[in-house]
Amino acid sequence: MQLDSTLNAIVSDLETAFGARPGEFRGRARVIVAPERIVEVARTLRDKHGFDMLAALSAVDYWPQREPRFHVVYEFKAVAKKLRLEIRVPLNGDEPELDSVTSVFPNANWHERELWDMFGLKIKNHPDLRRILMPEDWVGHPLRKDYPLGYEEVQFSFNFEDIDKRKPRPKD
Amino acid sequence: MSLQQVEITSEELRHLVSNRAIEGETVLLNMGPQHPSTHGVLRLLLELDGEIVVNCIPDIGFLHTGIEKNIEAKTYEKAEVMTDRLDYLNTMGNNLVYCLAVEKLVDLDVPARAQAVRVIFTELQRISSHLVWLGTAALDLAAMSVFLYCFRERERILDVMEMCSGQRMMTTYFRPGGLWRDLPPEFEDAVRGILNDFPKRIDEYEGLLTNNPIFIDRTKGIGKLSVADGIAWGVTGPSLRGSGLAYDLRKEEPYSGYEQYEFDVATADGGDVYTRYLVRMEEMRQSLRIVKQALDKLPSGPFRSNNRKFVPPPRAELGTSMEAVIHHFKLWTEGFPAPKESVYVPVESPRGELGVLLEGDGGPKPYRCYWRTPSFVNLQVLPLLSKGVFVADLVAIIGSIDIVLGDADR
Amino acid sequence: MGLEQKLGNMGIVTTTLENVVNWSRANAMWPMLFGLACCAIEMMGAQASNYDLSRFGMELMRPSPRQSDLMIVAGRVSRKMAPVLRRLYDQMPAPKWVVSMGDCASCGGVYNNYAIVQGVDEIVPVDVYVAGCPPRPEALIHGIMTLHEKVKAEKLKEWA
Repeated sequence: MQLDSTLNAIVSDLETAFGARPGEFRGRARVIVAPERIVEVARTLRDKHGFDMLAALSAVDYWPQREPRFHVVYEFKAVAKKLRLEIRVPLNGDEPELDSVTSVFPNANWHERELWDMFGLKIKNHPDLRRILMPEDWVGHPLRKDYPLGYEEVQFSFNFEDIDKRKPRPKD
Repeated sequence: MSLQQVEITSEELRHLVSNRAIEGETVLLNMGPQHPSTHGVLRLLLELDGEIVVNCIPDIGFLHTGIEKNIEAKTYEKAEVMTDRLDYLNTMGNNLVYCLAVEKLVDLDVPARAQAVRVIFTELQRISSHLVWLGTAALDLAAMSVFLYCFRERERILDVMEMCSGQRMMTTYFRPGGLWRDLPPEFEDAVRGILNDFPKRIDEYEGLLTNNPIFIDRTKGIGKLSVADGIAWGVTGPSLRGSGLAYDLRKEEPYSGYEQYEFDVATADGGDVYTRYLVRMEEMRQSLRIVKQALDKLPSGPFRSNNRKFVPPPRAELGTSMEAVIHHFKLWTEGFPAPKESVYVPVESPRGELGVLLEGDGGPKPYRCYWRTPSFVNLQVLPLLSKGVFVADLVAIIGSIDIVLGDADR
Repeated sequence: MGLEQKLGNMGIVTTTLENVVNWSRANAMWPMLFGLACCAIEMMGAQASNYDLSRFGMELMRPSPRQSDLMIVAGRVSRKMAPVLRRLYDQMPAPKWVVSMGDCASCGGVYNNYAIVQGVDEIVPVDVYVAGCPPRPEALIHGIMTLHEKVKAEKLKEWA
């Protein structure tokens, strides 16, 4: 499918200015940007091209593949021009670091806290990086692919008593 | 109280509270997860100077359910059951956005009848969500009779949902490709009954609240949000439309046949709690308008796609056709494969922009299903809105942002 | 409770006292507002006009644990919420009862993962389990009536 012509112009601008790699699927533009340039890309998109809202910010874990292991997905929206753009930032290794875009979009504050909590991505220059969804003393980053689902074994009649003995019960 | 102070003034959290709190000039109060006015399990750390809120720090995560990780462990069709329970006041909206994402990912067609029925149910769900909002927000401001009236109306909508799908709230009625089953014959009369009676009821609620001097005193001028702030903080939905910007995803990026229906986008200028109330009341009326048009123009035809690679065959066929048995077996044991690509589908939920980022990996299970939920994003703006207000006004502001903690915590 | 200890088993007098106390406890049980998730909406629906809970004595829902005697755990309990739940249960004065409403509170429900407590009876002792996802208001009322029958069948020896 063809992309919108304004979107085509913006994507080629990003390609020339920041060395981004463009892509497209089912009519949506997707651009891959190196992690060092993401703050500049965000600022350019907001100031020069009018993408004034950060609609979504999340990550995908590609374990056991390590290069890249994570793709951080930014979804930008231009409210007045009705355009959407997806930017993916590939990150390598098990404890990667990423710059915060809170200086450009204040909205990203909680999204980046969630990235730290769920994926273990350290966000540099974040005003308040601590866990948001899990308890403060939780160990591990749940949405990583090497973190187990943590399910309880189903009690059938053959293992009923075994599981019953191990199940925690209140003291009174 | 002293335990709380020790917790908050420990080294990691010292940057969140002002110096006045550490010196003891202001009081740190914990508006805990269990509270009648926080609309769910939300914890707020309030820094109070007398009765005025100096700072408000929200603490969420008390309803975190790990739905995203659980969806990765199930096939596409079976994972839809999990999606109802995210924003539990907009269950069919969640089903809709998930089905749209799956259909976009595997390029599945949806017949016109299914699209029209999806629109009818999504708008009815929007009305029922706004009714619960109105009931609980008014209850916080001590207008108790509105709560009882709203739930009485809501029961009629829940009856329609039960008639079609068997369940009042968590229906899972929309499936990838269309609907689960066709509409029963009593559906049209029930919905026409709702269309006849609801406008008068909405007038009744407006008569109780809109020109009520106590309500106006408690809500006008409180919690002002400007359009620029709203966009910078990612606020969408009625909270942004209450500041004056007519931005509605049903008009900007229409889905499921919304472009065929005529309706206005409810907007009001002002950005305070009162204008957000007016926007939601007007949205209920516009939803009734959409339901009427969709019901009048309801096309006949199949209710689910015929593409047997993704949609299981009806049970009647299983007795006669071998391919039907094979398709049925393959779809229910293994599921259908999706390409190694990702899609993001945004939808207008009663709270704002609800989006799903769905990534496949060539197999039958979703590789990543991220939910961009409006309550998570809208809640960030609460500290900004509540600087310098009284605690009682804070309660009104939380009610007006209309958060649902299942949405925020996922 | 000195009366029963001094007079011992006096047949008609002590049995009638048991009935009176149980009857008053069952008919004026005030639930604590502990609606967590989707089941809370059905609990509010049960309290509202169509399925009225006040006819069973539950006129108000008290947000304060010190003023309530029934805790209806309505909704899924996450690992972050579990200590809060236990603290609120401890703050309720005796006699107290717990109704576990919905599948998530009874057994973990649809979610078998790291974040949800698999059944609230890992934390507090539960008297009545109400199944459903979410249970209809009528199912909740049936659960509450079962609890009333359980309370009416309590014996003096247990609370003396």
